[in-house]
Amino acid sequence: MNYDRYLNASVAAVPPSGIRRFFDMASTMKGTISLGVGEPDFITPYHIRDAAINSLLNGETQYTANRGMLSLRKAVSRYLEERFAVSYDPEREIVITVGASEAIDTVIRAIASPGDEILVPEPSYVSYSPSVIFAGGTPVPIVTTAETDFRLTADALRAVITPRTKALILPYPNNPTGAIMERADLEQIAAVIREKEILVISDEIYGELTYGGRTHTAFGSLPGMMPYTVTINCFSKSFAMTGWRVGYACGPSEIIDVVNKIHQYAILCAPRQGQAAALEALYAGFANGFEDVARMRESYDRRRRLMVQGFRDMGLECFEPLGAFYVFPSIRSTGLTSEEFCQRLLRDKQIACVPGTAFAPCGEGHIRCSYATALDKLNIALDRMAQFIRGL
Amino acid sequence: MTKLENDLLDILREDCRIPLEKLAVMTGASMAEVADAIEQLEKNKIILRYAPVINWDKTDRDRVEAMIEVKVLPQREQGFDAVAARIYAFDEVRSVYLMSGSYDLLVLVQARTLKELALFVSEKLSVLDTVTGTATAFVLKRYKEDGVVFEDTREDGRLVITL
Repeated sequence: MNYDRYLNASVAAVPPSGIRRFFDMASTMKGTISLGVGEPDFITPYHIRDAAINSLLNGETQYTANRGMLSLRKAVSRYLEERFAVSYDPEREIVITVGASEAIDTVIRAIASPGDEILVPEPSYVSYSPSVIFAGGTPVPIVTTAETDFRLTADALRAVITPRTKALILPYPNNPTGAIMERADLEQIAAVIREKEILVISDEIYGELTYGGRTHTAFGSLPGMMPYTVTINCFSKSFAMTGWRVGYACGPSEIIDVVNKIHQYAILCAPRQGQAAALEALYAGFANGFEDVARMRESYDRRRRLMVQGFRDMGLECFEPLGAFYVFPSIRSTGLTSEEFCQRLLRDKQIACVPGTAFAPCGEGHIRCSYATALDKLNIALDRMAQFIRGL
Repeated sequence: MTKLENDLLDILREDCRIPLEKLAVMTGASMAEVADAIEQLEKNKIILRYAPVINWDKTDRDRVEAMIEVKVLPQREQGFDAVAARIYAFDEVRSVYLMSGSYDLLVLVQARTLKELALFVSEKLSVLDTVTGTATAFVLKRYKEDGVVFEDTREDGRLVITL
């Protein structure tokens, strides 16, 4: 039976994730060291897991409020205020979602109408454009390059704004490039936002993971930007809680009300034990100054330096990533495409990386290497990659 | 303690075979600075030894271990230190800690056989005139030591590639 006529044509037109074939290949190869993993190599700290166990033992198996447990929203509010100087009302301006992914999707659905343009800096995480298309909007890419340290510039932003532009997605610290936007960069963006009055969906899930003495500036913390900003964050990367699926969207109540409307019909509420675990992550963090986060950040930072130096020693151009846990070296000097490079590296040396093109066409010439992997494995991987490049 | 010294301790306690040049890259310091910092740590007896964690159960050596709770009489002027020094001088003793609680010293002892260990307790430790009592508990199995799980069967639960 031909199901084409039954399927939603605009959804069917969105290509599936570009690395499926590559993933299948990597999964079946023995002894593969993967630098392709987009999640921490830490296991969720034990006290956080224990809080979820206790929640179960206490019989907390019911729904929570649609917007999430009020205690968690209050804790999120305090966390954002203390760590990132943005202030959100836990009653009206925060909704707890099933990871940041749901937050991205529902926020886009809440604002994008057919014909609306949503700006997406690229390379970036793969869900933004599909979410815009699913919502009936039109994603408009803004290419960023190593020349500007993969930062979004005001000029590049201005060049793509049209009367139909509704919002800008601001994905920093960035996956896959590891780029960050510093306060001065953001202020230039804010000036454009103020003038053009478009919304900003600021995906700050790697906000805790910045290096080299830089700290993350939340876009909403810039003067006058709160009314234009929806902040998205989650527990996955900062607290090593990817599988728990707990994130949140915060913004003006008029927008969050609509986000919550979609969320309550589609999801009802984020999983209760995930919320209990998230609450513990924050309470413990308030008590000990977020030492788990600091410990993991330190560990990533050492591996980050090792990777950047490793690639430079191989003769690859490698811009210094100052956020997240990815390095995005250029492999142009090898004469291979990103896809060829990754396939041959996997086949010949059993090292899995992700071609830059998995994130956007402008990712061509780069590969994404995650350093959220044990140090000894990173060292082996670097050695094998150096051999591979010498042998080309 | 400098940030560099702290960083080095964190790195070396996990793996003390990382070469100097990699330590330098990881900490963002020069090789000379790293070498100096390590020398200071050694000189100040903060780093005392570079030793592997060994799972002796997998070797063919005979080996028994016991943890002995020891009650002692503290000595005038010297407190527990002099008693502890008498005890840690024995080759069989691997570790000695002064403890709070119902006994004074926790003594970790290692010997080849049960008999050898029993003889140590009865003929060397108990007979010290400052020792007023001992309670010996033999180690049956070691699961985790210094942060390392011996039979860690957990695998990396992550998918090979995620975006």
